[in-house]
Amino acid sequence: MYLADSRHTPVSDTAPAPRPGRPARIATTVLALGTVSLVTDVSSEMVTAVLPLYLVTVMAVSPLGFGVLDGVYNGATVVIRLLGGLLADRPGGHDAHGHGTDGHGRHKAVAAAGYGLSALCKPALLLARTTPVLGLVLAVDRAGKGLRTAPRDALISLSAPPERRARAFGVHRAMDTVGALAGPLLAFLILRAAPGGYHAVFTVSACVAALGVLVLVLCVPARPGGMVGGVLPLPAGRPVARLLRLPGLRRVCLCAALLGLATLSDSFVYLFAQRRLGLPAGWFPLLPLGTAAVYLLLAVPLGAAGDRYGRRRVFVLGHLALLSGYALLLLRPAGGLPVAAVVLTLHGLFYAATDGMLAAATAAVVPASRQGAGLALVSTGQAAGRFGCSLTVGVLWARWGDGAALAAMTAALAGAVAVAAYVLRPGPARGKEAA
Amino acid sequence: MSGGRRFLVLLAAVALLAATGTLAVLHAAGQARGARADGPPVRAGTVTLGAQPDGPRLVFRSMTWGPDRDELASVPLRHPDDTRTAASAPTCLRFHAAAGTGICLQAVYGLVQDGYRAVVLDAALHEVRHYDLAGIPTRARVSPSGHLVAWTVFLSGDSYAGGSFSTRTSVLDTRTWTLQENLEDDAVTLDGAPYRSPDVNVWGVTFADDERFYATVATGGRTYLAAGDVTRRTLTTVHGNVECPSLSPDGTRIAYKKRVPGLPDDAPWRLYVLDLRTMAESATAEQRDVDDQALWLDGRTLAYALPGDDGTDVWSVPADGSGAPALLVHAALAPAVVR
Repeated sequence: MYLADSRHTPVSDTAPAPRPGRPARIATTVLALGTVSLVTDVSSEMVTAVLPLYLVTVMAVSPLGFGVLDGVYNGATVVIRLLGGLLADRPGGHDAHGHGTDGHGRHKAVAAAGYGLSALCKPALLLARTTPVLGLVLAVDRAGKGLRTAPRDALISLSAPPERRARAFGVHRAMDTVGALAGPLLAFLILRAAPGGYHAVFTVSACVAALGVLVLVLCVPARPGGMVGGVLPLPAGRPVARLLRLPGLRRVCLCAALLGLATLSDSFVYLFAQRRLGLPAGWFPLLPLGTAAVYLLLAVPLGAAGDRYGRRRVFVLGHLALLSGYALLLLRPAGGLPVAAVVLTLHGLFYAATDGMLAAATAAVVPASRQGAGLALVSTGQAAGRFGCSLTVGVLWARWGDGAALAAMTAALAGAVAVAAYVLRPGPARGKEAA
Repeated sequence: MSGGRRFLVLLAAVALLAATGTLAVLHAAGQARGARADGPPVRAGTVTLGAQPDGPRLVFRSMTWGPDRDELASVPLRHPDDTRTAASAPTCLRFHAAAGTGICLQAVYGLVQDGYRAVVLDAALHEVRHYDLAGIPTRARVSPSGHLVAWTVFLSGDSYAGGSFSTRTSVLDTRTWTLQENLEDDAVTLDGAPYRSPDVNVWGVTFADDERFYATVATGGRTYLAAGDVTRRTLTTVHGNVECPSLSPDGTRIAYKKRVPGLPDDAPWRLYVLDLRTMAESATAEQRDVDDQALWLDGRTLAYALPGDDGTDVWSVPADGSGAPALLVHAALAPAVVR
């Protein structure tokens, strides 16, 4: 998205001038945060990968029991995510001398609290012998994740020069995905070495999580390298209401929610692929790996492409890739694996082209001192949209079958992409192109 | 803190955490290899699903830590504390058997991810045929004649609102090897009217004969006992609030998990028995949360798993509400009576 990056903020004084023709260095803070996410994702995904197995085959919990465990605490994360963003933006204690609005919030402290909370939950898994206790541990773990997401993204956006932000987010997301792929692998290697050794998996996960917190505390500066977001004047009022008075953020938030309403959850995409393309049952667990691999490969190049050729263009292209994926599932030109591979590639491409881009676009329209809350607001809007989409698809599927549900969502996505492309268009009134 | 100091702290922490992790894995690996001294007595031997001249035996998945974990073991039904006989193959997560046919739902260890499959066993525990599964095994049953086999797996990805769960239940005819992969495709009649919804889940089949069965149907946040027909592919609800039904040998009663109001959300079930002739429900003497498909040891006694030191133990209780629960077999899951 071109948006307002260059409207009021020429390249910041402290930013190294980008050298044409050669990619600029990636900020060390971004790499450090990428490492924290990678390590933390190894830790959390190794638990996620074995948890259903542990519950169902060792503790003999039934599927419904697991569903209850999983579902009971789901709503709280959204609130906690907003809370994390707002808390993180409040000026830190040592920073109270009028520097409250220059981006020196408590991002690191709040992120560390979030990562720390989740890390403490891993050894707690060892002690949880009954399902209620286990449910509580999982809820606290999730709260930690909600708390840390916005301040972490704010740190990334504050560490990267505005014209390199999409790539910075791409680098972070790619490292994150490496962790998400490596976690289950490590867990199953441990189970291979020690059959039934779930407690060993939890112990190793706890060690890895502790390492992630340590890397955050030791290697991520509390005040990242002097980069700033847009220095827009902030309207008066309550924090969230004030943010929503920023026209740029309002547009991004609106588009995120609107597109979210037409974005099928991953589960639905895999379910549609499985059912409509007639994939063998054994392939089902492997489908997410296909998306993740493509995401991993393309996150950095597409982020750089967004910085260079316009974030709006890449963002819209990403959604067009998703639209093509829906169309393939809808029209089924052929059955089976080849089509499924193309759909998963488009799905991974969609994530690589849009996830970091949305964060970078948000960062560009929010003052440095409100990065946390701004990012939290947009991701909450997106999550709310996607939840609405899941409910709608469920109802449509029940009434008219999966083909009708998919057709409706394909049409909705086409409409949403057109609206987003229009709303986010660059124009004389919106400042010149930031590419 | 200076850069050098920071690096040293990080290095020391990595060494310490790596050592802790390695020790944990080595400890667990040692536990998996060596049998526990205080575990139930075991000897390696032959487990058969055929006729038992010395009286009925209970065959189950062994949950003892050590080399016998997940193997099929058997004890005399009348003397469950006797030394158990464990067969070295196959290993199973869930198991059931009747009339010389066994069903073993097992994990297949892969390089990146584990897969699962359903293995049909003959009386000597040899594989007759296997089928790949799409999720983690949870329930398995064989019809009294040994002709039909059913299983339920748990698909974490198969969800409608994110972060939820879904099941898939399949029925296999071992005479023709016809597989009905997903009972959710059956025509559902709910409270007397035809019903269709994508959130329908079916699990926990229990067979009456080679035609009729019962299973749990869940939709809209409620569960039902449904009577199913294998040939006509229908599911008709006959009672509410029933999960994991188990039909008595004489076909007159259903033992099941009932969600009792007032119990905590994450431990909501009690073991109940439904009389199909009068549709009267009665509680058993088991006061703990039961999350298992019960097994009828005979016309009067139920067996079911409860959490224990090795994962689960199998307990028994009279089906008529009298008596008290008693520990049947330590470190065991998924039992079947072989006569």
